[in-house]
Amino acid sequence: MTAVAPRGTVARGRGPAPRPRPAGRTLTRLLPLLPAVLLLAAFMLGPIVYSLYGSLTDRAMTGPRAANPQFIGLDNYAELFASADFWNSLWLTVVFILASAVIGQNVLGMALAVLLRSSVKPLRSIVGGLVVLAWVLPEIVAAFALYAFFSTDGTLNVMLGWLGLEGTSWLYSFPLATVIIANIWRGTAFSMMVYNAALAEVPPELTEAATIDGAGAWQRFTRVTLPVIRRSISTNLLLTTLQTLGVFTLIWVMTGGGPGTQSSTLPVLAYQEAFKFAQLGYGTAIATVTLLIGAAFSVVYIRILKPEVD
Amino acid sequence: MNRTRTVLGLVGVVTLTAALAGCSGGEGEANEGAIRVAYQKTATFTAMDELMHTAKKEYEAANPGRTVELVPIEAEQDQYFTKLALMNGSPDTAPDVIYEDTFQIRSDAAAGYLQPIDDYLADWDGWELYDEGSRQAGLGDDGKTYGVSLGTDTRGLYYNKDVFEAAGLPTDWAPKSWDDILDAARTIKKASPDVVPMNIYASNVLGEATSMQGFEMLLYGTEDELLDTDSNAWVTGSKGFLDALGFYETLAKEDLGPDPAAALDANWGTKVSTELLPAGGLGIALDGSWLPSQWIEGENEWPEWHDTLGFAAMPTQDGGGDGFTSMSGGWTLAMGANADDPQAAFDFIAQALTPENALFYHQEAGQIAVRSDVAENQEYLDYNASFEFFSSLVPYTHFRPATPDYSQISSNIPVATEAVFTGQATPAEAQEQYDSALVGIVGEENTQAG
Repeated sequence: MTAVAPRGTVARGRGPAPRPRPAGRTLTRLLPLLPAVLLLAAFMLGPIVYSLYGSLTDRAMTGPRAANPQFIGLDNYAELFASADFWNSLWLTVVFILASAVIGQNVLGMALAVLLRSSVKPLRSIVGGLVVLAWVLPEIVAAFALYAFFSTDGTLNVMLGWLGLEGTSWLYSFPLATVIIANIWRGTAFSMMVYNAALAEVPPELTEAATIDGAGAWQRFTRVTLPVIRRSISTNLLLTTLQTLGVFTLIWVMTGGGPGTQSSTLPVLAYQEAFKFAQLGYGTAIATVTLLIGAAFSVVYIRILKPEVD
Repeated sequence: MNRTRTVLGLVGVVTLTAALAGCSGGEGEANEGAIRVAYQKTATFTAMDELMHTAKKEYEAANPGRTVELVPIEAEQDQYFTKLALMNGSPDTAPDVIYEDTFQIRSDAAAGYLQPIDDYLADWDGWELYDEGSRQAGLGDDGKTYGVSLGTDTRGLYYNKDVFEAAGLPTDWAPKSWDDILDAARTIKKASPDVVPMNIYASNVLGEATSMQGFEMLLYGTEDELLDTDSNAWVTGSKGFLDALGFYETLAKEDLGPDPAAALDANWGTKVSTELLPAGGLGIALDGSWLPSQWIEGENEWPEWHDTLGFAAMPTQDGGGDGFTSMSGGWTLAMGANADDPQAAFDFIAQALTPENALFYHQEAGQIAVRSDVAENQEYLDYNASFEFFSSLVPYTHFRPATPDYSQISSNIPVATEAVFTGQATPAEAQEQYDSALVGIVGEENTQAG
């Protein structure tokens, strides 16, 4: 039923009648959109194009190449793809996204949303409030809080001490794992809210019908609820992935990308190359690759979990 | 679906607002006609802040109608360079007067961030007070002067006499080789397991501090250097480089250094000077001459420092050459390329460097005098008991290769030391990585095998 309407629209648009509108009228109708398009071009497209160009130069932060950067074509990319650090960072980025966004934030967010729906109101408010608090904190504050939690003489080790357990230097020994946990902690609230909204829109009749047909809770969830909120899942996956791909402050404050390069995801690597090693052009190339990875993830989500039009 | 759309829309609006807010900040706030002065300020380094406030007051009193806008950048050294470079990137934010490390001068002059001040120096009667070395330190690649020195520094070994006594080591310690240092560290480890036997900076996050106070203090005690000054080629694969990394490896393998997890903290340098050394938690520290200045007065006051700490010159690898080695750097006041009124900017620099102000700064920041009037001043000599020792290292000292590329090359050294110190790479692997980064920066034709 959902596919009929758009097809109809297309057919009408392509048919011989009605005749195409005069160009002038179309222009007049598009005119109100102009400011928006211009703003988008200036603030979104502009920087992207400029950074694309920057990645084709050998611009540096200081030194002669800061004054006279040369156009070097694809050399930065060639160097990048030959660098072990890049492939390491790419791998870390993928692990970070899969573990903290796709699995962590989504599954935990969904679980919280489902559990809270069936719990009593006060508990719902308290747990919901706590989770949202993590999301409301500015990223830099959250990062310092988590640093204080995980650092060697931090809260976690003190609490382990109460239990008679000996802690370890989490940020040093398990850098990627700690930043993954940190990102899950921080981002779960968003997923929870999205799923909360989505679950509220599942028609009760459907679930009731399934119950009457003898479906258990798990079956109702997987066979009824999940398919109904599929579009929300896709949107949420997309948003959390893109958000996680851009996480920088959290990692930078907690581990600085280290020790060595053990937690330097692509944004951290880009920052290091551009600002620490002063290779602006090279750093920009890394940022561009990150952009493409984000685009690739988006395409995959949209294709696989194609949100159907209602 | 509608709710999802609302959420999406909200996210979009928030993002766009944030982006727009980001664009609008910073402009229009600049004080028209003011002299903008950018300098560094940290928890342990406030001398520059005090000097600049004094100079601002004096300058504004002497030049009615003129204002000085102070821009203290609160960041550790490496972040300071980054922030400065970003400020210099746009004429709207570029400072008129810059607190500039000598090793950044050639690089920033080549980048067009600085302007030469020779013409102004010619008319300034203070300039003849400066020694030849400090004049050289302010030169750019083109032979023009870009900065006026604020003093220089050397590096050597601090050791805690209490810790040494407990370990049965002599309190007038004078190591003759790297092995002497390592042996002392091993003895400390055995006698006092809770004490960190030796600190040498190894982490990437400390940047130039790791390069200069750490690695280069070792490398320049071998027969190799970073740059072969005869052929003007950067050295790859040298034995000295490998041995210096080997020193780090020994410290790490035998647990003679700090716990890597702690040493990789961005505030490790502050911790060493304000917590570990005063509390007797550290046996030997390879560090800079400015440390005692913070113990004399202020927040980190530690009156017993002079009785508790001993000083030793850093020996060369096996006692060869001059027997000892040190590294010298120092900072300058430089003029930004975009200074609207260069004369006014220079007048401010001159105001900051009156004999009284120069004396104040040399004392407060623990600088080795580069001006004859300060060096001869009894008040200066009496102020800090370590001045005599650190000044005695000047004959052994080395300067970093002063090329526009140095700062970029140098930032790859901490990558190597950290990799070795944390056990992620062998010295040979770390050296290989440094070499390939070096070739990437200067080109194969500007390197030679060591």
